[in-house]
Amino acid sequence: MSVRDYVTVRVGGHLFGIEALSIQDVFYPRNITPVPLAAHEILGVLNLRGRIVTAVCARRRLGLQPREAGAPEPKAVGIEVGGDNYGLIVDQVESVMKLDSDELIPPPDNLPQRWAEIIPGVFRLPDSLLVIFDAPRLLTAGLQLGAAA
Amino acid sequence: MDDLISDFLTEANESLEVIDIELVRFEAHPGDRPALDKIFRLVHTLKGTCGFLGLGRLESLAHAGETLLGRFRDGKLQVSGEAVTLVLKSIDRIKTVIDGLGATGAEPAGDDSDLITALEAMAMGAPPPETSESEPEPEPEPEQQVEGYDPVLGRALRPGEVSTADLDAAFAAAEGPVDFAPASLPEAPVPAPAAETRPAESVEEDSAPIAAAQSIRVGVDVLEDMMTLVSELVLTRNQLLQINRSRSDDSFSPPLQRLSTITGELQDSVMKTRMQPIGQAWKKLPRIIRDLANELDKKIDLVLEGETTELDRQVLEQIRDPLTHMVRNSADHGLEGPADRRAAGKAETGTIHLSAYHEGGSIVIRLRDDGRGLDTARIREKAIEKGLLTRSDAEALTESQVHRLIFAPGFSTAAAITNVSGRGVGMDVVRSNIEQIGGQIDLQSTFGSGCTVTIKIPLTLAIISALIVGASGERFAVPQGAVLALIKIGEGAEHRTEVIEQVRMVRLREQLVPLIDLGAELGLTQALQPNFVMIMKVGSHRFGVIVEEVIDTEEIVVKLLASVLRNISVFSGATLLGDGSVVLIIEPNGLSQRAGEMPQAARRAIDAAATSDEDAKIERKTMLLVRVGSGALKAVELGQITRLEHVPVAELQHLGSRAALQYRGKLMPVLCVDDDQRLKTEGVQPMLVVAGMLYTMGLAVDHIVDVVETPVTIELSPTKTGIIGTALINGRATEIIDLDHFMIMALAEHSRTGPAVQAAQTQEAA
Repeated sequence: MSVRDYVTVRVGGHLFGIEALSIQDVFYPRNITPVPLAAHEILGVLNLRGRIVTAVCARRRLGLQPREAGAPEPKAVGIEVGGDNYGLIVDQVESVMKLDSDELIPPPDNLPQRWAEIIPGVFRLPDSLLVIFDAPRLLTAGLQLGAAA
Repeated sequence: MDDLISDFLTEANESLEVIDIELVRFEAHPGDRPALDKIFRLVHTLKGTCGFLGLGRLESLAHAGETLLGRFRDGKLQVSGEAVTLVLKSIDRIKTVIDGLGATGAEPAGDDSDLITALEAMAMGAPPPETSESEPEPEPEPEQQVEGYDPVLGRALRPGEVSTADLDAAFAAAEGPVDFAPASLPEAPVPAPAAETRPAESVEEDSAPIAAAQSIRVGVDVLEDMMTLVSELVLTRNQLLQINRSRSDDSFSPPLQRLSTITGELQDSVMKTRMQPIGQAWKKLPRIIRDLANELDKKIDLVLEGETTELDRQVLEQIRDPLTHMVRNSADHGLEGPADRRAAGKAETGTIHLSAYHEGGSIVIRLRDDGRGLDTARIREKAIEKGLLTRSDAEALTESQVHRLIFAPGFSTAAAITNVSGRGVGMDVVRSNIEQIGGQIDLQSTFGSGCTVTIKIPLTLAIISALIVGASGERFAVPQGAVLALIKIGEGAEHRTEVIEQVRMVRLREQLVPLIDLGAELGLTQALQPNFVMIMKVGSHRFGVIVEEVIDTEEIVVKLLASVLRNISVFSGATLLGDGSVVLIIEPNGLSQRAGEMPQAARRAIDAAATSDEDAKIERKTMLLVRVGSGALKAVELGQITRLEHVPVAELQHLGSRAALQYRGKLMPVLCVDDDQRLKTEGVQPMLVVAGMLYTMGLAVDHIVDVVETPVTIELSPTKTGIIGTALINGRATEIIDLDHFMIMALAEHSRTGPAVQAAQTQEAA
């Protein structure tokens, strides 16, 4: 049995889990400088204590609707991938759950492609399913292809 | 790996590089005693260290090499190309072994008896008359060491066919641990004296006081870390300064000012630690050229200049390969063989001249050869053959445009694929390497007399000075090095933009410069208030970028973008401004590519303007050279002169300080070009007659010197009225007369108004 901490985040009404070890910090993404010609999912870059952080919108990444007007300010989960700092923009960061990674079950086969490539598995919770993100893949896989050359 | 071994590897590699260079120099100047001493000392040290570390293979090789060098040193053997080649070969073998050692931690197995035998045979080659008598008294400097084992050499050399094993045994017995180990054991692993090329051990042996060892080895990663930290410090300082500016209370100002100064100095110091002389990247060149010359049967002189010019080591690493490639190219394609050169009336020995110097915040590297130059016709054919251009396009290109084709991907004109070059991977790779580090490359070639490649690269990639501009409500940083000029456009501005063949352009000194709108290019909105144009130059491509605002210039610290953003070619990175916001850094090369995409018709319009006007390097003008007063030679375009007259001085009428002449029935004012010029008082007065629409004037000169057809490019701005500027004509600085100025003065002389005003407008553009 190997219990791990998972941070749960809410994106467009869905609950997702991200392994807590991969998360460096949680912050409000402010003063984002848009990066023209970048992939649609990339909101831009921002300065977090002297580091340049690339902000990736989870909703856009998952093909969800944009946030409704008047929704609470989104939060960002700071994750380092390959030496670069990323911020995954989510609607809300909820809590930390201790889960046994042995109980991670493969995602259903019928997941849309854009979800399947970034979801290594699912936990069966008492009252719902918790979908786990592969954060590095979520933040980087295929995004550079979206850019206009 | 053993620490000892890894230190040895670092030292050995450095020594070997120096040996390479010195050997080539020594071969060219066999009398160069210091060079030989240096080589000898280095090889000796290498041998000693190898013996100490139990690296038998290396030791034997170094020993045999040393023996041969010893013969040169004692004057027992004439220096010959053959012998040097042999030593170089041994050095190469040593390098191979050392590489193997580095990879595996142990000497790779192998047999070097071929080289060792050859070295020994060569050493024996000359009759050794009084070997043992004279040898024990060699150079003053490494006295001890030489005394210690020279007898070994003597003994080893005498019998002629000494086996490697015997040599080693003799060597080990006489010198090995006894001499070296006690002294060097504790010291050898300490890589302290990085001073030049003398590894720790030679220092030990010489037992000379090492006051000169003022440098230490520091890991590159430590320097990199320091650089990052200082960059952060600079940003923080900028932020503090900005906050302080908006405070009413100025009690923080003095300490902040101090902090600011210290930060700046710290930044400079840290930058200095990263600076290395460019000679580092050139170290291998003499050897490469020497080998190439032998291989290709050419005579080549490599002249290096400005080796001490320093630049950031990161940049240095990036240009090492392109430079080597270019030098190889020059040797292979550029320079002709001795026979061809003789036939062309040149010296048999071709010269490759590599120089480096600082220019502003950049370093300029120039590679010049006096070879055959680029063959324009052949490049054209090749480009057509390779499908890069259609025949009609190719024929429309000017010579310099054709030359630039060699930078096109996959382009190579080498008639035969040699060992050296001509594989189709060539100048395009060089170009992209240079451009990757924000550099520019340009090329000039004269068929038959050589080719010059100029590379301009930033001194450092870490901190650059940038122009902060605004477009579509966003701010961007543009490296200042790429911005030639900033001009104001829009309402009331001097420069107007026009649309030709659907491409917006601005006319700049009669040249059409295509414009792109920064906001639109980036997929944002088009500029609502196109106020400024940055004229940028990338390589030979000149274009303008429309922005709405020019906000500031700032020293910025370049930070890389995350990998998902790195493929956007128009951005090279991002930086933090003083207010803490992130600003993207524009990559001029990326923009240039986007600006380059335009309809053919528009391109032709630009080219047409370029060839008829400013790119006047191609267009030649017929200039009349005259001497006036005591100043520089002066010139005026012959086409603007109606006639040349020699008027008897008696015909000149003097009206106070002014002069006039009855000319074709009218009174024509005669003007002096220069203040210190006097009209002649006897004989004939030469003058240039210039006819305007309604009146004529005479411009008096002292002598008419010559008429020359020459390219004219104004290089210096005017120093006085009546002169447009200074140009080089036939290699001499020549002032170009501003006829318009004199026409207006003449107009005043005529004291005419009305129609004459129109006459004044018959100006040619200067």
